[in-house]
Amino acid sequence: MTEERWRLSQAYRIPLEGVEKLDLRRYAGRMFLLGATHVGRIAYMVFEIFRGLGEWRIWLPRTWEQAYQVGVGSLFIVFLTAGFAGGVTSLQAGYQFTGTIPVYFAAGVITQSLILELGPVLTGLILAGRVGARYAAELGTMRVTEQIDALESLGRSTVSHLIIPRVLAGTLMLPVLVIFADAIGILSGWMAARHTLDISNYDFVYGARYFFRPYDLWYSMVKALFFGVAVTLVPCYMGMNTGKGAEGVGKATTAAVVSSSVLILAIDAILSELLL
Amino acid sequence: MIRLVDVHKRFGENVVLDGVDFDVQRGETVSLLGPSGVGKSVLLKHINGLIHPDWGEVFVDGQQVPLLPRKELQQLRTKIGYVFQFGALFDSMSVFDNIKLGITDPECAGDDHYCRMRVQECIDLVNLSPMTAGKYPADLSGGMKKRVGIARAIAGKPTYLLYDEPTSGLDPVNADIIDALIQKLQGELGVTSVVVSHDVRGSFRVGNRIALLTDGKIRKVGTADELRDSEDQAVRQFLERDFGSAVVG
Repeated sequence: MTEERWRLSQAYRIPLEGVEKLDLRRYAGRMFLLGATHVGRIAYMVFEIFRGLGEWRIWLPRTWEQAYQVGVGSLFIVFLTAGFAGGVTSLQAGYQFTGTIPVYFAAGVITQSLILELGPVLTGLILAGRVGARYAAELGTMRVTEQIDALESLGRSTVSHLIIPRVLAGTLMLPVLVIFADAIGILSGWMAARHTLDISNYDFVYGARYFFRPYDLWYSMVKALFFGVAVTLVPCYMGMNTGKGAEGVGKATTAAVVSSSVLILAIDAILSELLL
Repeated sequence: MIRLVDVHKRFGENVVLDGVDFDVQRGETVSLLGPSGVGKSVLLKHINGLIHPDWGEVFVDGQQVPLLPRKELQQLRTKIGYVFQFGALFDSMSVFDNIKLGITDPECAGDDHYCRMRVQECIDLVNLSPMTAGKYPADLSGGMKKRVGIARAIAGKPTYLLYDEPTSGLDPVNADIIDALIQKLQGELGVTSVVVSHDVRGSFRVGNRIALLTDGKIRKVGTADELRDSEDQAVRQFLERDFGSAVVG
């Protein structure tokens, strides 16, 4: 038995004698079925979430708790990230905007970059790591220690107790955090631009307002809303379907962060195409 | 009354239950014995619908559990207290809140005075100190966690109690305390109970009848004396491990 045969057998969960028969069609089929299973299960979870919305007495108090943890708890890291993003964008604009280009153009580039892309995407990715990992690990641990079974055995709805508060809190708080991220990013970009581009306050404000459209803010909020769903729904799903033991929780957490991050980038691309 | 008819369950290639027939009469305690990993907990989880069978029927109070709609299943579960192997207490909640969660009647759960009284009553029933109510699961020993788990299971005044390995991982003294507690609850509350265990002595002590699950099937059901007198080789082998040949013979 070669190591390669053993590895393939483990990877695709097929008996060793079947490894020779492994071909691309089988792999593609298996991946398609796996993907379809996940999509189906997530769709069912979404259906359950809508069905559970009627039990607001259960999920509403828990949503406030979660919203506080997601919102206030993430403020520092969001400020930090947005601050650096704004500053670096400004520094790079200073490097590129030399010569004949009017300097107020840089202000437009900095503000637009932050509102349209960097604010929502960086905040989404930060929350995928911070909140997504926490949700997946929390629910995964609850699954492997039978706490979720315990909740069900008490006749309680796990969706109303555990899923709805988390998904709603994340979905509602992410746009709020993006507003802060946009503001902090623009402020730090402004500060940095004054040093690197030697731009006056008047020119910066003029450039920022010249390129700004109110729709851009709406676009930023719509993106944030979708990202909020991605960084909460996927980790909740991963956590609820955790495998056995600590290894299962670890895998679920990693999968949650990776999946929600990739989903954020995919949603970003789709919304850019659809809304701009 | 609990009744399982020809229940089959497999996880992937692993056949866990292979045609299980099992019944528990109202008011009796049945101990379900079997080696580790044989599917005792899986069988128990079929009773309150945490696991659905691949094939076969599971009846509780005449209702087919796997076929119950969500609301009806939740309603049925309020009548079935479940004691988990490791307590399955909610880490983020105090002992008081954990037990309070067991009060399943919405009107009672909304009455703070009733909840305080009921939680205190349950803490007394499982012989815990009133001070325990303010503690968190992380501050409790294994035996205390199990007792809090039992308190949570009885808080809703269930008709049925399902114990999943209530004495596993405990020292003999604590195991005896839990066994005595099961007998006490049986006497005081008159609930119908199923106790899953691989501890033969404890099972013989608490059970009106004992069932042995091996190879995915119920191998033997009967009173303690009937099991001791059984000529079935598998039953004798299993009992000999705990009792020794002198007791079995």
